[in-house]
Amino acid sequence: MEKPIKEKVKMPLTVEQKIKRRNFISFTTFLALGGGAFAGWKWLLHSPEEIPGVTGGAKAPLRRALNKTELFFRNFFSNGHLAKTYPKERAAKKVRINSLIGIEDDESFDEKNWKLEVKISPLQSIKIGIEEIKALPKTELIFDFKCVEGWDQIQHWGGVRLSDFLTHFKLDGLAENNYMGLETPNGAYYVGLERDSVLHPQTILAYEMNGQPITAAHGAPLRLIIPVKYGIKNLKRIGLMSFSNSRPHDYWAEQGYDYYSGL
Amino acid sequence: MKEIKEKHAFLMRWTHWVNFPVLSVMIWSGIFIYWANDAYGISIFGVTFIKFFPEWFYNYFHVPQRLAEGMAYHFLFMWFFFINGLLYIIYTIFSGAWRELIPQKKSFKEAWLVLLHDLHIRKTVPPQNKYNAAQRIAYSAIIVMGFGSVITGLAIYKPVQFYWLCWLCGGYHFARIIHFTLTIGYVLFFLIHIVQVALAGWNNFRSVISGFEVVDHGSKITEENNTEDGKTH
Repeated sequence: MEKPIKEKVKMPLTVEQKIKRRNFISFTTFLALGGGAFAGWKWLLHSPEEIPGVTGGAKAPLRRALNKTELFFRNFFSNGHLAKTYPKERAAKKVRINSLIGIEDDESFDEKNWKLEVKISPLQSIKIGIEEIKALPKTELIFDFKCVEGWDQIQHWGGVRLSDFLTHFKLDGLAENNYMGLETPNGAYYVGLERDSVLHPQTILAYEMNGQPITAAHGAPLRLIIPVKYGIKNLKRIGLMSFSNSRPHDYWAEQGYDYYSGL
Repeated sequence: MKEIKEKHAFLMRWTHWVNFPVLSVMIWSGIFIYWANDAYGISIFGVTFIKFFPEWFYNYFHVPQRLAEGMAYHFLFMWFFFINGLLYIIYTIFSGAWRELIPQKKSFKEAWLVLLHDLHIRKTVPPQNKYNAAQRIAYSAIIVMGFGSVITGLAIYKPVQFYWLCWLCGGYHFARIIHFTLTIGYVLFFLIHIVQVALAGWNNFRSVISGFEVVDHGSKITEENNTEDGKTH
């Protein structure tokens, strides 16, 4: 037997009821979403720090975001995109010194005995003297050096284009690796650079500043000048060069800064 | 009799309320970044009137030495800011809502009347519609400002890859100045906006959450009639 269908009397809502109903729905949704957003923010604020490794010092979700953002913006990188250059007169006479890590903390360093050590395999290195480097074609660059802190300065540097250096010493095969690592002789300061930026035509190994040999505080005898990166990657007094397919350790990336730090 | 009058579409409300916390995080993290090179202030004839920002301000908000943290937050929330803003612009263009938003020729004259009215100098109420003339100008300007923040931000963020943007913004220095000034602009906008919303009242505020306004057509007369007829609402 079929049950009799209950007759449902549905009165049309009055305006007052409609207002109440819509107010209730929208305000509940608003508060729920707002509460959710607030909880999400609290979660992010109190999220654990990343496990220290090649990078460190940032909250784990923020580090993931930095790395993803790097991948996105690397799509826009091109060797055809050059940092703006300036006439010589615009270059600062008093070049700013912001950090001496790897220099002031290395009292045993003797420039006369300096040679650039290039790791060509886990066990083998070659050593290259400054005269051999100076014998290569010189590239001069007057560009706006940019610090991660936000200041910048037009500076005049001279040296050998890094890609020329790599070709000349038959390191171009090694440079096919995804990354190059650079360190000061005492290993106190170190940076990692991805291949694209290493091979950028404005990336130079500099031994001159304002037409004069570089001073110790600016990274004598040989330093990196890489306009497609913030100053933190422009390592002074290069001691060791190495190549790898994974990220080499990086001084400021260990302290919460973006590994890429590209401009 | 009361009547429901639709005012703000869902997407407008959504993007409005997403933008508020996202922009707050952008300003907060932006101050961490700015601190590392806090070069700006307002000086007239060599006398500094305002320094951005005084020490007490930095200390109160725990700003010093948080550059890396600021950058990490800034470069995550920039995505939300951009996507949300883009969503709003696309919605406004395709829905036709721009017609009630962008200023008309007469808006600039009318906005002046709105200002005089709001300051209680002039009694005549200027035409309101969905947005009055001053609102049209302010709400359109804020979109242009948001666009400006994205462009100048990109110019400072990747000045070599986006060298043409950097050039367009008048160079690295000027781009940073515009980026900073726009932020001050948001804060000023926010302050005026809050006061105006408070003055406009509940019906107006509710419309940005529930989407509608309640219009009352001669409620007194209807109520009287209703009581006489013994009808209930």
